Amino acid sequence: MPLSTERPVVAVRDLRTHIVTRWGTIRAVDGVSFEVGEGETLGLVGESGSGKSMTCLSLIRLVPRPAARIVGGEVRLDGDDLLVLREEEMQQIRGRKVAMILQDPMSSLNPVFSIGMQVREAAAMYHHLRGRPLLERAASLLAAVRIPSPEARLRAFPHQLSGGMRQRVVGAMAIAAPPRLLIADEPTTSLDLTIQAQYLGLLKDLQRAHRLAMIFVTHNLGIVARMCDRVAVMYAGRIVEMGPVRRIFREPAHPYTRALLASIPRLGARHDRLTAIEGQPPDLANLAAGCAFAPRCPDAMDRCRVEAPPDHAVGERHVTRCWLSAP
Amino acid sequence: MTADRPRALLEVAGLTKHFPVRQGLLGLHTAMVRAVDGISFDIAPGTTLGLVGESGCGKTTTSKMVLGLERPTAGAIRWDGEDVLTLGREAMRRYRRAVQAVFQDPYASLDPRMRVGTIVAEPIVINERASAAERRRRVMELLGLVGLPERAATLFPHEFSGGQRQRVAIARALALSPRLVVLDEPVSALDVSIRAQILNLLRDLQARLGVSYLFIAHDLAAVAHMSHTIAVMYLGKIVEWGDADAVSLSPRHPYTQALFAAALPIDLDSPAPDAVLAGEVPSPLDPPGGCRFHPRCPHAMARCATEEPVLRAEDNRLVACHLYD
Repeated sequence: MPLSTERPVVAVRDLRTHIVTRWGTIRAVDGVSFEVGEGETLGLVGESGSGKSMTCLSLIRLVPRPAARIVGGEVRLDGDDLLVLREEEMQQIRGRKVAMILQDPMSSLNPVFSIGMQVREAAAMYHHLRGRPLLERAASLLAAVRIPSPEARLRAFPHQLSGGMRQRVVGAMAIAAPPRLLIADEPTTSLDLTIQAQYLGLLKDLQRAHRLAMIFVTHNLGIVARMCDRVAVMYAGRIVEMGPVRRIFREPAHPYTRALLASIPRLGARHDRLTAIEGQPPDLANLAAGCAFAPRCPDAMDRCRVEAPPDHAVGERHVTRCWLSAP
Repeated sequence: MTADRPRALLEVAGLTKHFPVRQGLLGLHTAMVRAVDGISFDIAPGTTLGLVGESGCGKTTTSKMVLGLERPTAGAIRWDGEDVLTLGREAMRRYRRAVQAVFQDPYASLDPRMRVGTIVAEPIVINERASAAERRRRVMELLGLVGLPERAATLFPHEFSGGQRQRVAIARALALSPRLVVLDEPVSALDVSIRAQILNLLRDLQARLGVSYLFIAHDLAAVAHMSHTIAVMYLGKIVEWGDADAVSLSPRHPYTQALFAAALPIDLDSPAPDAVLAGEVPSPLDPPGGCRFHPRCPHAMARCATEEPVLRAEDNRLVACHLYD
């Protein structure tokens, strides 16, 4: 893509991840490219099955094997290609250089160990601390994610904490190193609204404090407006549009992005009918030739059903894949 | 509320549900979870009441009592002026036919071994003596109403996407021509691009059939879009209830204000919400005295800790807050 961030923390180029199923090979990630710079947040939006999470798992090489396989592309972290590293080298990257926060905090926490043991493990691994300094470090990590009375909380077990508090503990472990890149995959989907607002504010502060590059996966465009500098819209394994959030929200170039923005209810527009996107999400095992959105696209032309549109720029740092604007 | 409103279809007064919880080593000590604590609201024919609040506030318990799935500890539910809790067996059957539900997860609410035609026909089979031909005609009509092709009747739920399954669930809910449908998070499990289809369908059906909705969702913009009135619950109490535009666009209760500020509009120029609430929702086992919201409230005064505010009329809505006394 004709985009460059000055010295990006992570640069993904033509990433391809395939999943072999009974119904055929699914191209879950189909030629995805993007960059994220220091202190920058890239939002990754799209519906379920569009490849958002699979893209993230590919970055840290944790795709579910053996069904899924990364079949091509590059993932450069500070210049080094992660896809060619040996597995032992990759283990030094996970957590230390690239951390991840998932939707369900219980999938990241071990229910039979205390919070203290789990946070200490992370701190010990990255900083080779022991004894009193390690304990203090663990408590200060909990304090950094605004957990009240951190020393007491270190003795608690995950089930004794609320969902919001658990997700904070996961955040504390994620910044233990601190990493260069933080991947947040729907981190607030299981939280209540007021708790979500607290957590989003916390993530922003952590990002600023450590100059983290952040990839934020969500299907909530309100979160994108609040959290992200740039946004990439995914559909059927591809980025169909990417650019600065302001620009994408004001002048979306791709019909899917336009339809998505128009389909969301807004406060104060109660009497307007929503503009629904017709049809169903694509069946990835049976994708037709051409543009994957063509069957649902209000502006589809004959060409769209035959030939996939190329990636092209439509503005500064704004790219899309659509024949309507292709040169 | 204002006097010129039409007679309410459903009227709830002082509705309360307490669940006993056994505590202690031998389970001898019982505490009460005050899930719903004396709430009142009504729904006019052909309108939608949106019920919002965070998890544990009592929304779902309220909907279960309205559906007759949970018996209230105290309070009254009146349907067309009649007390539902004292209805005889036959009248109760009529009530249950008139009040139907659509739940969040269309993967869990449809029997995977039944064909869609059988699923939609089931309420008719149970409640009416209709001939096979009549049943078939009604099923086709219902499928058409929710925008599914006739051939859908012969397929199984797994052959449909989430949005289409929710259409099947809606068709089943409408099978007995109900006058009220409880919609408990009907679009939360659906893909973003599908939600608008279902919300539009629900609004069209309301315009066509004159059915009322009790709409429960955590997506506040969707609730505001669908509802004529909105009730906001916090720890088993209604803190604000009234006209949907009034409540959503100029909320008065500090909790409603914080909730709508946290709703993250897709608006680039809205300032970052400075009304972010600190703390978490206290346990309904031991709710705070006075106003239940006072420990988290940015405007709390001394009397808020001791004196419980009651709902009072204020600018097109009722609000329970000492700020407006």
